[in-house]
Amino acid sequence: MTVTTVQPVVGKKGTHRVSGLQALSYLVLTLALLFYLMPVFVMINNGLKDATNVSVSTMWNLPSHLSGGGFADAFRKLWPNMQNSVLMVIPATILSSLIGALNGYLLSKWKFRGADILFIIMLFGFFIPYQTIMLPMVRFLQMLGLYGTIPGLILVHVVYGLPITTLMFRNYFAGVPTELVEAACVDGAGILTTFTRIMLPLSVPAFVVVAIFQFTNIWNDFLFGVTVVPNPDAQPITIALNNLSGNFSVDWNVVMAGAIVAALPTLLVYLFLGRFFVRGLLAGSVKG
Amino acid sequence: MTLPTSAGIRSQVVPVVRVQRKRAWLSERTQSFLLLLPSFIAIAIFVYVFIGMTFWVSISNWRTLKVDMSIRQPPYATYLDMFSQPRFQADLRNTLVFTILFMGLAIAIGLFLAILLDRSIIGRGLFRNVFLFPYALSFVVTGVAWRWIFNPETGINLFFNILGINALLGQLGLEPLKPGWTTDPSVWLQVNKLLATVWPAAGKLQIQLGVPAAMIPVAIAAVWQLSGFVMAMYTGGMATISDEVRQAARIDGATEWQIYRHIVVPMLRPVTISIVVLLLHTSLKIFDLVFTMAGPGPGFATDVPAIFVFEQMFRATRYNLGSAAAIFMLILAGLVIIPYLRRSLREET
Repeated sequence: MTVTTVQPVVGKKGTHRVSGLQALSYLVLTLALLFYLMPVFVMINNGLKDATNVSVSTMWNLPSHLSGGGFADAFRKLWPNMQNSVLMVIPATILSSLIGALNGYLLSKWKFRGADILFIIMLFGFFIPYQTIMLPMVRFLQMLGLYGTIPGLILVHVVYGLPITTLMFRNYFAGVPTELVEAACVDGAGILTTFTRIMLPLSVPAFVVVAIFQFTNIWNDFLFGVTVVPNPDAQPITIALNNLSGNFSVDWNVVMAGAIVAALPTLLVYLFLGRFFVRGLLAGSVKG
Repeated sequence: MTLPTSAGIRSQVVPVVRVQRKRAWLSERTQSFLLLLPSFIAIAIFVYVFIGMTFWVSISNWRTLKVDMSIRQPPYATYLDMFSQPRFQADLRNTLVFTILFMGLAIAIGLFLAILLDRSIIGRGLFRNVFLFPYALSFVVTGVAWRWIFNPETGINLFFNILGINALLGQLGLEPLKPGWTTDPSVWLQVNKLLATVWPAAGKLQIQLGVPAAMIPVAIAAVWQLSGFVMAMYTGGMATISDEVRQAARIDGATEWQIYRHIVVPMLRPVTISIVVLLLHTSLKIFDLVFTMAGPGPGFATDVPAIFVFEQMFRATRYNLGSAAAIFMLILAGLVIIPYLRRSLREET
C-alpha cells in the first residue's frame, strides 16, 4: 500500500512529505508533552498560590494574583535541610568520583590476576537492594560514632557509589591507548604519578559525566537519608520534603513549592548539562 | 594526534622499561592490587559482610529491641512466618502487578516515543528533553506531586466535573465518577476461585489475588518518571543502526512499519535486555515512590516488600522478620542481575 510513497524517500532519512501520519505524530507528541509537564504545572501553579487562595477544588485554576505563594515558606522550612544536602552531596560526589577514577584506571590499565573477577564482585554491590544491608549498616555507623551525621551519610554514599563510578571509569579508560601509560613509565613515572599527571587530566569528560550521575543519585536519595539520620534537623532535603508533605498542619501550596525547591538543583543540572546527563545514564546502564 | 605517535616512538626503547621495572620496589601489578585494596575491603564489609549479618539475623530469634542472635529452631521458621503473613502475600501480589503494569507501559511508551522522534520532527530536542526530565527528579518529588494529582478530592477527579462527565452521569441517574485511587482497597479481576480449581492450596490464601486498584496510580507515576529513560536508551541504540540498513530495506519496498517491526526493533535486542533488567530491578526494590505517594495503603493494597522490610525493622522492631524479607528481595534481585552480569562479562572476554 505504501510502495509509492517509499520511492521518493530513498534519498535521505526523513526529508519527506507532510502527511496525515506526520500530523498525527505531532498530535500524539503534543499530548505526551502535556502529560509529562502536567505534574510540573500542578507544582508550580499551586506553589504560586498563597494560603488563602489555594484550595483542592481549584487545583487547575491559575493563581488569582501574583505573589510568592508558598515559596517563601517552603524555602524557610527546607533551607536547613537543603544545606545538609549540599554538605552531603558535594564531598560524596567528589570522593566517589575520584576513587572510582583511580579504581577504573587500575582495573583497566594494571590488571593483576583475578582483577576482572574482583571487579564483578564489586559491581554486584550496585545492584543489591539496600534493604539487605540497612540494619548492619546502621549498627556499624553507630559503632563508628557516625550514625545520625552527615559524615556518616557521606561514607555510605561513597562506598555504595564506588561500584558504579568504578565501572564508568573502567569503561572510559579502556578506550584510552595503553601506550600512553607505557610511555609515562618509560619516563620513570610510577603508577600513581601516571594517574595524577596523565590519566586524570585526560579523564575530565568522563569526570563530568560521572560526577553528574553521582550528584543526581545522591541528591535524590531517600532510603539512606531516612535510615541513617533520625533527627529531622540533620536530614537531607528529600526526607524533609516527605515530612512536610505528610504534615497536615502545613498548607499544600507550601508542599508543592517545596517539591519544586527540592527538585531545583537536579533540574538545573539537567537543563544546563543535559548532554552529559544522557551520556551518564547510557554509560551507567548499557554496559552493566 | 601527536601523543600516540610519540608514544609509538618511545615504546621502541624497550630495554629502558625493563630497567625501570627491576628498580621498582614492588611490581606494578602488586602496587595496583594494593591501591585497590581499600575499596575492595570497603565493599567486602559494606556489601558482603553486611549481607551475611542480615542473613544471620533472619534465622535468629532477634524479634524485639533486645539483641538476640541465637539461631531460631528450625532456622527457616521466620521465613515460614513471613510467607504465611497476609501482608507479605499482598506484597508479592502487588509487586507482580506493579512490575507488569509499570514495565509494560514504560517500555511500550518509551519505544513508541523513541520511534516517533526517530525522524525529522520540528522541536525534536525539546520533546526529548521534556520526556526525559522526570528521570532527573527524586522519587520523593514525583511521589508528592502525584499524590495530590490522584487525591480523590482534587486533581484528576476534578476533570470529571470540569469535562461535564459527572453532570452527564447525573442526568442518566448514575453515581458521579469519583475513584478513590490510592485510597481504594478493592482488588479487581480476582482469580482465587479460578486458581483453586487447578491449585487447591490457592483457596486457602488469606488475600485476594488480582489487580489492587490502588496500585494503578502508583504504576502511572513510575511510568511518568521512567518512560523517558526507556526512550533515551532506545534513542541511543537507534543511533548505532546505520542508515544504509534502513535504506536498503526501503529500496526493497519495506514500509516504515515493517522496517521498525523486522529490522530496527530486533537489532535493538541488547538495549531491550538492558532496559528489562534495569526496570525489573527498579521495580523489585521500589520504595521511595510508594512510601511517599501511598504508603502501605488500605488493606496493604500498595504495600511492597521494601516497605515491609523498612517497617518491620524500624517501626515494629521485628528484626528477624524484616531481615528475612530483605534476603528474599536480594534473591529476587540476584535472579535478575547475576545472569545479566555474567552475560556482559562473557561479552567482554
